[in-house]
Amino acid sequence: MIAELGNISLSAALAMAIIQSVFPILGAAKGNQTWMSLARPTARLQFLFVLIAFMILIYSFLVNDFSIAYVANNSNTLLPWFYRFSAVWGAHEGSLLLWVLILNIWTIAVTFFSRHLPDHFLSRVIGVMGIVSIGFLLFMLFTSNPFERLFPIPTNGADLNPLLQDIGLIIHPPILYMGYVGFSVAFSFAIAALLAGNLDITWARWSRPWTLLAWIFLTLGIALGSWWAYYELGWGGWWFWDPVENASFMPWLIGTALIHSLAATDKRGIFKNWTILLAICAFALSLLGTFLVRSGVLTSVHAFATDPTRGIFILALLAVFIGGSLILYAIRAPSTKSAGSFELLSRETFLLFNSILLLVAMLTVLLGTIYPLIIEALNLGKLSVGAPYFNAVFIPVMTPLVIFLGFGVLTKWKQNNFVTFLRKIRTLLISSLLIGICIGAVFFSDNQLKSIAGIVAALWISFTSLYSLFVKIKDKKDKIIAFKIIPYSFYGMLIAHIGFAVSIIGITITSQHSIDIHQRMKVNDKIEFADYKFHLMDLKTLSGPNYQATEAVVDVIKNGQLITTLRSQKRIYTVRNISMTEAGIDAGFTRDIYISLGEPLNDGAWSIRLYHKPFVRWIWLGAILIAIGGLLAIIDRRYRLDGLLKKTSSNNNEAISTIK
Amino acid sequence: MKIAPKILLIVYFLLSNFVYANDEPVVFQNRDLEERYYLLIEEVRCLVCQNQSLADSNAPLAQDLRNEIFKMIQINKSNTEIMEFLVKRYGDFVLYRPPLKKNTWLLWFGPFLFLIVAFFVTVLIIKKQSGETQVNK
Repeated sequence: MIAELGNISLSAALAMAIIQSVFPILGAAKGNQTWMSLARPTARLQFLFVLIAFMILIYSFLVNDFSIAYVANNSNTLLPWFYRFSAVWGAHEGSLLLWVLILNIWTIAVTFFSRHLPDHFLSRVIGVMGIVSIGFLLFMLFTSNPFERLFPIPTNGADLNPLLQDIGLIIHPPILYMGYVGFSVAFSFAIAALLAGNLDITWARWSRPWTLLAWIFLTLGIALGSWWAYYELGWGGWWFWDPVENASFMPWLIGTALIHSLAATDKRGIFKNWTILLAICAFALSLLGTFLVRSGVLTSVHAFATDPTRGIFILALLAVFIGGSLILYAIRAPSTKSAGSFELLSRETFLLFNSILLLVAMLTVLLGTIYPLIIEALNLGKLSVGAPYFNAVFIPVMTPLVIFLGFGVLTKWKQNNFVTFLRKIRTLLISSLLIGICIGAVFFSDNQLKSIAGIVAALWISFTSLYSLFVKIKDKKDKIIAFKIIPYSFYGMLIAHIGFAVSIIGITITSQHSIDIHQRMKVNDKIEFADYKFHLMDLKTLSGPNYQATEAVVDVIKNGQLITTLRSQKRIYTVRNISMTEAGIDAGFTRDIYISLGEPLNDGAWSIRLYHKPFVRWIWLGAILIAIGGLLAIIDRRYRLDGLLKKTSSNNNEAISTIK
Repeated sequence: MKIAPKILLIVYFLLSNFVYANDEPVVFQNRDLEERYYLLIEEVRCLVCQNQSLADSNAPLAQDLRNEIFKMIQINKSNTEIMEFLVKRYGDFVLYRPPLKKNTWLLWFGPFLFLIVAFFVTVLIIKKQSGETQVNK
């Protein structure tokens, strides 16, 4: 009975979504106030119905209702309750429901926090989000219904994929989806602006906080996924260039270009068309990501779906959304003109360069990700495109980006004096190079060149960012007041760029200087490795709620001092008969020690892998700094909505000059 | 004909599951050989896994191929010879670094093509832009 309620709820949500998109959009076109006023209440009702459906699915998992096929396929009575909870989004149908729920959370947030937007604009935004929701609700109801019944009812479920039985899976997908789906807000703002035919800069300013928020979630979601892979897969890797990772990385690259381009459009009235295109592109890539992961065209860790009808349905959705918005763009965009102009040596130039370089980076990832699919579809062979390819082509694209990032930070909007620019660059470039080379020469004996390149890049980014802060305060008498009047968004930029530098250092040093050893060990064996002594104290058998495990207890000793005791397990999950490695990790600021238990060998020995991974934490630390930077930019008082109201109601040009 | 190797692979996979999983660590005479071994197993795909390299997989096939590569390194085969052997047996699919061939030209040169096009487009936009500035003045 309860599953049928879920179905009814989803259908009611679909009905609401249809009203929510048809009437407000038509109403905005005709100037019909009553029709427009339907936007908010229908959006809120839709949210309510989707939430009810979601709650019903959670309930069904918690009470082990195996009459529902999705529950039976992804849960088991032995599964602990918190994994039964997160199993809701552990596979295809449920994660789609999560997708729609999150879309509704964003929509409802727009209805609450954009009260000051003009009615016709808000109606269009909410209407477009309704259209997106219609597409996904139809997809769910027709091809991937999470409430489908199963008969005969099995006595127990097939269990959740052991890979996903982890705290990482409880939090990683919702955060990642908040990012993915959040770009639908930027998309809807852009489409609303196109529909209105009014591409002045106001839409850019209104959508900035939303876009930043989505981008922050995506940044954190990707970092969480990387961290999860690092400790859960048991190989010490943190990025595999797996298609599923690429699917989240592509919208991130374009989202990064978008937040920068939005800033330029907002502050200077330039790149208007380009910004609209980026907003469409970011959302298109979120859809493409869903398609890649959900359609079954890929076979990788996350690709649960295998039904081709789903793939065709998503492809059709993709065609409608992307094709429709591009046609709309083609009709409306060429009529807009840039308000501002700039000279060759200006921040605009470098922003434009980097925007386009991020697009090139995205296209490169896209090419590598779909190339094997295309080649196979065309019967031209079967290829694998993996990390060696991506590392080889991605770094040449990112190198100019790093250089231009520094240039962009050092230059002012509009125009700059060439001689002073050159003088700034010279000092900063030479100091980055010298310090980078010194660090490389002192600390590393092998792979020096690559390490130095990475460190110099990170220093260049940090120095140029810090220098731009120095420029802002050097002539001020009262330094404290000078620091105080600098807007939050500037500090946000500073911290995010330094976060990028921190990640570069982490990536460089971990990739170049991680070492590992594969060893046969018995209880009481000791090995010396990477300045540490590893002492296998015990090998014991354990049983968990739904698995049997062997646990290695290893003491890590340095200079005769016990540093830590690490435990690594080899688990056999009994229902699916799948083995998993639980790594033992001692996390540190400058290095991780990572132990993973291998397989049993003869005469009671086990194979064990030991890893020493310097600076690996910096990769995720950098991502956290980037997210904090984004958050600072959001809370900048200039973008608070009440403040915006006054400015946008007055003349736009005036707004530009006050904001500068 | 095409199916035969796949079936063999599956049979092999099933059989080797019953055999003792051989994760015996390998020992090399010198560091160069060891480094070569680790580089090689990172670039070879484990065919029965979901997108994992030999280095990242504990599947029996991966363990077996690792041992195979280890043995070939021991008898002084070069990297090219080892890769040729693997490609002969499993096809290009086994290589994570796709070979430069007719059907991979676009894959390898694509990114640089994008880069060149992007550069010219940007320069064009900026030229047009600064032209407008001149007019405005």
